[in-house]
Amino acid sequence: MIKKFFFIIFSFFFLITNLFAEEEISLKKQNWTFKGVFGRYDNSTLQRGLQIYQEVCSACHGMKRLRFRELKDLGFTNDQIKKYAQTFEILDGPNELGEMFMRSGEPSDTFVSPYKNKEEAKAAFGGIYPPDLSLLTKALKNGPDYIYSLLTSYEETPPPDFELTDGLYYNPYHDGKVIAMPPPIYDNVIEYIDGTDANLHQLSYDIVNFLSWAAEPELQKRKSLGLKVLLFLTALTLLLYVTMKEIWLRIEK
Amino acid sequence: MVKKFKNKTLAWLDYRLPIFSVLREALVDHPTPRNLNYWWNFGSLAGITLIIMIVSGLVLSMHYVPHVDLAFDSVEHIMRDVNYGWLIRYIHSVGASMFFLIVYIHIARGLYYGSYKSPREVLWWLGIIIFLLMIATAFLGYTLPWGQMSFWAATVITNLFSAIPLVGDNIVTWVLGGFSIDNPTLNRFYSFHYLLPFIIVGVVYLHIISLHKVGSNNPTGIDLTLKKEKIPFHPYYTIKDFFGFGVFFIIFGIFVFFLPNSLGHPDNYIPADPLVTPEHIVPEWYFLPFYAILRAIPFKLLGVLAMLGSILILFVLPWLDTCKVRSCRFRPIYKQFFWIFIFNFIVLGWVGSKVPEGHYLIISRICTVYYFTHFLIILPILGMFEKTLPVPLNIFKNLKEKKNINK
Repeated sequence: MIKKFFFIIFSFFFLITNLFAEEEISLKKQNWTFKGVFGRYDNSTLQRGLQIYQEVCSACHGMKRLRFRELKDLGFTNDQIKKYAQTFEILDGPNELGEMFMRSGEPSDTFVSPYKNKEEAKAAFGGIYPPDLSLLTKALKNGPDYIYSLLTSYEETPPPDFELTDGLYYNPYHDGKVIAMPPPIYDNVIEYIDGTDANLHQLSYDIVNFLSWAAEPELQKRKSLGLKVLLFLTALTLLLYVTMKEIWLRIEK
Repeated sequence: MVKKFKNKTLAWLDYRLPIFSVLREALVDHPTPRNLNYWWNFGSLAGITLIIMIVSGLVLSMHYVPHVDLAFDSVEHIMRDVNYGWLIRYIHSVGASMFFLIVYIHIARGLYYGSYKSPREVLWWLGIIIFLLMIATAFLGYTLPWGQMSFWAATVITNLFSAIPLVGDNIVTWVLGGFSIDNPTLNRFYSFHYLLPFIIVGVVYLHIISLHKVGSNNPTGIDLTLKKEKIPFHPYYTIKDFFGFGVFFIIFGIFVFFLPNSLGHPDNYIPADPLVTPEHIVPEWYFLPFYAILRAIPFKLLGVLAMLGSILILFVLPWLDTCKVRSCRFRPIYKQFFWIFIFNFIVLGWVGSKVPEGHYLIISRICTVYYFTHFLIILPILGMFEKTLPVPLNIFKNLKEKKNINK
């Protein structure tokens, strides 16, 4: 009787959940290599992602939590990283004379943001600042799929009944279906160093991979350690179970 | 009666400071009902989780900086630069969820088997005090990363004090250390977040003293009078608890290594911004049922009182439940109401995560009313009219039906 009761209640529960579910546009789900128990990043896609960030995104967005030395994860050598870091100018100081000075970047430096601070960015973009991308995929619900969907879904002409404010762009995935960021990537916006065809899907896929790595650089280490830990715990728990049964036999006899 | 230790040094020390005999009594000799089922594992699980939380928290505190400009960055520093910092932080943040999950099951176990009834009222009270301290600690801890949800959760919760008549606003200022949430608030929250777990340890100690005085309840709920109904804690329950730890660590590990952020809110990876309010502010999942009760009531003060009352009512539960029989096994009608209560609590948690409008608001109101009805009306009346099943004289009579042991 109680089972029936719960069945009815739960069905009701699911029914109302679905009834009240807001009409949401479904995400363009991708098969990310970093998803799942054996999830791994693919270095070639990460390197292409870095190139996109470098040539497109970094004009407006910072990634201040990333250090050049971390690029080692992407398969770069120490020398390559050092050379890459040296292409950036970094404000340091004060020196013995109490003055700030510019020096070239070191692998231990963080990525250089295009704006000194949030206020400067806001001033440049009419009150809206381009967020720092270091943690973006973690800071959004279904981050990777959401960003992929957003990047691939700009529409030049909004639906006829939609009134678009000047200077904003139509994108069905963004809040209120408008976004201040102009379409950042499109077919062949850059030319990949490795010669991959730079179509919109590939570009979006690569940049999302790069952003995901930037937000969770520990992911591969975490998952491979997790597998070992869980394997060990399972074996240990089985042994404990057998021991427990053995010990309890003493009084169950 | 006190057994002497064979080792002379131990015996010498124990004669002057009986820590070893106390430990032996608690962890080795303690006579424990032999029929405890796996639901009785959750006490030791809560204990081990508390230890894990304190140890991981201690390490985090070596790297964390309680300052509004640096807190978020220092957490990311832990995640990226500290060796295995991500592991320690995920253990701590997932651990909070695990702690609540375990304690909720532990409380439900007490409700099902009537563990709050005489003579275990004080044991039960101490448990509720631990739960209240846990709520405070978890809330304070959640503000420390200084993400968007941290900041706005702190805003919403401290704002509840303003519901107090006349002096409400003054109290809010006093609690915040200023007119709005700022650095002094974060500093004192950190300070209390560090302090409270040790107070929890103290109350847990009292909880255990009381437990050892009145003895564990058991699935039959009857008082155990026969000597053979009890077995020494070690090795029977030590090994059973260790097996429980193993199973628990596997579940804990799955979350820490593969789903570390699934129990949290993505907004907390955005640094706190007092100028941008998140679309809707929700607490962590373990507070949702109480959050639903808070928002079900349109008047702030009443909402706060209802939310507090929903926990405080547990203090008088031993007297609200008028039935002399403890265990649900022999209370066929209460058993059904118990499951309805659990279901109602889960629904409260579900509506707590929704915006309180329209149907959600209606559901949260119905569930809130039912929550209190369960304690204030159903339990007292049920104790008077429910026909309980015959209760066995000792545990063997009950166990025999299920398992042919002790022939």
